[in-house]
Amino acid sequence: MSARIGVVLFPGTNCEQDVVWVFERLGARAEILWHGDATTKAVDAVVVPGGFAHGDYLRTGAIARFSPVMQAVAEHAAAGGPVVGICNGFQVLCEAHLLPGALQRNAGMKFLCETVELRVETTETVLTNQAEPGQVLRIPINHFEGNYVCDAATLARLRDEDRVVVRYVDNPNGSLDDIAGICNEGRNVVGLMPHPERASDEILGSADGLVMLRSVLASVSATV
Amino acid sequence: MGAGTPPPPGVGTIGAVPSFSARVDITHLPGIADPAGATVERALPALGYTNVSQVHVGKTIRLVVEADSAQAARTQVEEMCERLLANPVIEAYEVTVS
Repeated sequence: MSARIGVVLFPGTNCEQDVVWVFERLGARAEILWHGDATTKAVDAVVVPGGFAHGDYLRTGAIARFSPVMQAVAEHAAAGGPVVGICNGFQVLCEAHLLPGALQRNAGMKFLCETVELRVETTETVLTNQAEPGQVLRIPINHFEGNYVCDAATLARLRDEDRVVVRYVDNPNGSLDDIAGICNEGRNVVGLMPHPERASDEILGSADGLVMLRSVLASVSATV
Repeated sequence: MGAGTPPPPGVGTIGAVPSFSARVDITHLPGIADPAGATVERALPALGYTNVSQVHVGKTIRLVVEADSAQAARTQVEEMCERLLANPVIEAYEVTVS
């Protein structure tokens, strides 16, 4: 039976169809989880995709955090289910306190839309278990608020517990410690600013994101 | 009310319950980088202001709250700050009630 992936759709989300398309291409069944429904429909893994949830008003992710679906996502995460937040989804997961820290405007105050190199720092997460340690992936970023910040104690903990999942090879946005993505203590919740679904075919300029999406599917088959 | 005409200060009323004007000033916590402030600080010398440092850009939120007292209004706005208006992970806030 193929894995079922739930892709959260808030008003203002705009990457959900890309994520659905890639996962279906990889043999999974992907379905949309509307933000107003307080359920994850018992999917195997949840993806919170990119976009501008609730218009990003006040702060990115600040309003989305209160959407009914988020309580169900938190329960799914607490039960050990894989949750991946991409770009705006990463911001939402931070605001929801499923991941520590926050994402603020890029150093230099520029919107960035380019392909960057990421180094895989740990393969013990639901997003990187099929990658090689130290592997460098070419994946696009597309954000204004991708500058990861947290307090010194949180950063020390992330480092000590090997929870920095991917770092920028050449930091584009001022992120603390070159952080592009992190995970929670259980390593089943991962957030990252780059868009692996946009690097899912050579025709897009890179297929390096596939290893991340395959990792999500591998984590599902390991737990189901 | 035309632009430039501020609402009257102090206690007003909405129906029978007193209402209070509150202002929330949100800034970065010490030690958290402020990209907007840094960019403004780099821009000012181009206009000849070469004697400026420590520029911070925050945000202000104004609201009117019905409450029994100014203290009750303040307590409630501070709760709003913790839960939504500010992100305590990276931001400090100051509530002024009048």
